[in-house]
Amino acid sequence: MFKCKTSAEVGGMGHSVKRKEDARFLHGKGNYVDDVKLPGMLTMVMVRSPYAYAKIKSINKEKALAIPGVLAVITGYDLAEYNLHWMPTLLSDTQMVLPTDTVMHQSQEVCAVIATDRYIAVDGAEAVEVDYEPMQAIVDPFKALDKDAPLLRPDKEGQKDNHIYHWERGDRAKTDDVISKADIVVKERIYLPRIHVASIETCGCVASYDKDTQKMLVYMTSQAPHAIRTILALVAGHVGLSEEKIRVISPDIGGGFGGKVPVYPGYVVAIAASFLIGKPVKWIEDRSENLVNGFARDYHMDCELAATKEGKIQAFKVKTLADHGYTDSSANPSKYPTGMFSICTGSYDYADAFAELDAVYTNKAPGGVAYRCSFRVTEAVHAIERMVDKLAAEINKDPALLRMENFIKKDQFPYASPLGWSYDSGDYELTLQKALDMVGYDEIKKEQAEKRKQGKLMGIGISTFTEVVGAGPSKDFDILGIAMFDSAEIRVHPTGKVLARFGTKSQGQGHETTYAQILAEELGIPYSHIEIDEGDTDTAPYGLGTYASRSTPTAGAAAAIAARKLRDKGKKIAAHLLEVSEEDIEWEVGKYFVKGAPEKSKTIQDVAFAAYTNFPQGMEPGFEETHYYDPPNLTFPNGAYICVVEVEKETGQIDVKRFVAIDDCGNIINPMIVEGQVHGGLTQGIAPAMYEGIEYDDEGNVLNGTFMDYLVPTAVESPHWETGHTITPSPHHPLGAKGVAESPTVGAPPAIANAIIDALKPLGIKHLDIPITPAKVWEAIQAHSK
Amino acid sequence: MKHKITLKINGESVTAEVDSRLLLVHFIRENLDLTGTHIGCDTSNCGACTILLDGKSVKSCTYLAVRADGSEITTIEGITAEGTNHPMQQAFHDQHGLHCGFCTPGMIMRSIDLLENNPNPTEEEIRWGISGNLCRCTGYNNIVKSVQQAAEELQKESV
Repeated sequence: MFKCKTSAEVGGMGHSVKRKEDARFLHGKGNYVDDVKLPGMLTMVMVRSPYAYAKIKSINKEKALAIPGVLAVITGYDLAEYNLHWMPTLLSDTQMVLPTDTVMHQSQEVCAVIATDRYIAVDGAEAVEVDYEPMQAIVDPFKALDKDAPLLRPDKEGQKDNHIYHWERGDRAKTDDVISKADIVVKERIYLPRIHVASIETCGCVASYDKDTQKMLVYMTSQAPHAIRTILALVAGHVGLSEEKIRVISPDIGGGFGGKVPVYPGYVVAIAASFLIGKPVKWIEDRSENLVNGFARDYHMDCELAATKEGKIQAFKVKTLADHGYTDSSANPSKYPTGMFSICTGSYDYADAFAELDAVYTNKAPGGVAYRCSFRVTEAVHAIERMVDKLAAEINKDPALLRMENFIKKDQFPYASPLGWSYDSGDYELTLQKALDMVGYDEIKKEQAEKRKQGKLMGIGISTFTEVVGAGPSKDFDILGIAMFDSAEIRVHPTGKVLARFGTKSQGQGHETTYAQILAEELGIPYSHIEIDEGDTDTAPYGLGTYASRSTPTAGAAAAIAARKLRDKGKKIAAHLLEVSEEDIEWEVGKYFVKGAPEKSKTIQDVAFAAYTNFPQGMEPGFEETHYYDPPNLTFPNGAYICVVEVEKETGQIDVKRFVAIDDCGNIINPMIVEGQVHGGLTQGIAPAMYEGIEYDDEGNVLNGTFMDYLVPTAVESPHWETGHTITPSPHHPLGAKGVAESPTVGAPPAIANAIIDALKPLGIKHLDIPITPAKVWEAIQAHSK
Repeated sequence: MKHKITLKINGESVTAEVDSRLLLVHFIRENLDLTGTHIGCDTSNCGACTILLDGKSVKSCTYLAVRADGSEITTIEGITAEGTNHPMQQAFHDQHGLHCGFCTPGMIMRSIDLLENNPNPTEEEIRWGISGNLCRCTGYNNIVKSVQQAAEELQKESV
């Protein structure tokens, strides 16, 4: 286990200190975007398309403009005058800001109404008359490639069909050869449904342009404010928005989960409106606007897993069809159109694998966000973990034993995976064993056998996943060319108190506490004396933001290294104060002392004061450091989850009886926060496994675009989570840490699916796609009992 | 159409002219600048807008401001004196019952009402009791623990 080096008062790594950021949230003093109120501020509301695919014949603004308080109706034609009606996506595609002639999905922005308050703006939006000519939408991605399918993107030069790109990794021929000769090959088409992050705070912004100073201030729900500033400068530079004049502030964010990484049209229109009108403009999505725009997952995966008859895995192959909606606005690093999907070979040791993917356009909302997941890792993990369970069922072997026999062993790290990753560290056997012990696996198996004898449906599901998080390194990972490093800037004041700023942005992860603890660990200054600041591009050092579990792997590492630079400078000052040479100075947490004479010492606070008052001649005054950290590799958190369910045969009702989650995220900075992150991720894991999925009818209408019918789990659906840890430090991270908050979202769905399918095994049911609802279970039971 | 309403909010009397259609949550947030009460949905599902109206927890996003005429309202800003913690706030802090903080005010207001009616709830009763409030961050384990801690504290206080 991890041993704390600092006292509880200093509160370095390993201490469960209470969160520093809590007070403002507990007292209703958080400052979210919708709380921002500027003098003369206007409100913007979108008119949205009722059709999934339609020509716009005309937009009549007159009746809207006649309403007192409605100041403007902005259409695509208005933006086209400034060449702002289209914008680039992060992946070389283009997205409409506002349309000039065609709408491509239901609820797409058609035009924007600007008014003096929200109620009047909504009246204005109702009064706008749009004449549509509906067309037959493509909803089924498999039909998007039909020869007679309409070409959805004729605007794109050279686009002849609805195929966006093909991607592949691995050795197809060799993998096919191994599969053709294998004793056992299990196959399944697995669908990961289109879902939404559904953060309780929707997206929005307040844009405020000052025509005199030409400064654009934007408060925005953004997980990556610096990247947004640069994108704005690139997209709107031609109209005069220059990067030094743009200030993006991400204030408090009410949950992000990847959904607040993209640039949504609403942001751009609000910014354009403020630029044109010269007054602050606020735009806040309502819940339906939020749910029906943007998405995650939506992968159809044809999987094949080959093994010997004893159950030794030999090869994995997956062919995926990805439904991207009408444009590829996936929030992925540039060179990784499918994100880290090639982590799909999992936690198991075998040589051959091949993964390929084709992405298509349909008449659905674009998105493809990395929903609490390091870019398509959830899809990858679900595929392999379902297939491993299917293999276990096929050869009638205990799925825990099958996993144990196939795991990458701890002495095999760093492990070169068949699809090109270098796993940094792990002890998969120990982690699974801990989960088995915690759940009481043998007893539970006995209970299951007895229940089955009584005709009851009880299931046990396991998932032993490996994640890949913390992008960069910059040689491989960039967003629009900007390398995926991250940053920390530390200012130690003369009295030994600290202000530290970061290029990341917390959305509930607890950065103000965690980063303070990292600095406390490295400098010995109490965490309570350290203030953390993020999210303001005018003050924070440049960074790529918080998503894909990258804050601790990148900015956390930057904090540690910047602090170590400070310590080096402090050593020179301490030598000067103690009148010895630098080589005679040693460091222990919080102080410098003379080698062999520990009574002669100076605290870090003494040294900080001297850096401003009594520094060696010729030394640069002050006690500040900045570091931009470019990681040498990603980190590979992993875990073993076990779920126990009972299913009621008559109704299909699923009762999650137990859920044990053992996570290995390397060294832990704050155990309380890590456990809390795991709890939250687990509930976001049960959500798609049992409840959530955006449904469309044949015409492209969204059938569940509100919280009345898109079922976010409440405290009742969410079981009591049982958690634990193993610790295998990352060998390359300065703190041995890995990142954790996404592991449970990634690892939980297959454990739950495996448990439910295991419960239904006596009926001959071998697979169900998530969300596995009571209705789906009931139907499967009916179909199998005929 | 405008209506004159008078109500008490966090102990202070307020009189205002409001539109018939103005929602109470907008009155609280926009007219009174009490932004601790949040909006997370439009369908009364998420509970981020929960306040106490005449002592009962109410979702202020589906309540017209005119209907609140003559009532007594408490928002998150009014449950305790500035600089101090209500036992429920202290419990959410101690038990790590919040992450992003967006659902927190509503969750706290609902939990206060829950304990008013059931001072010593079981875990099951707490889970059902807060099931009208959605949290997307915490997975609820620690919210349940927070309510349990507050229940213990409040019972000690009432002895």
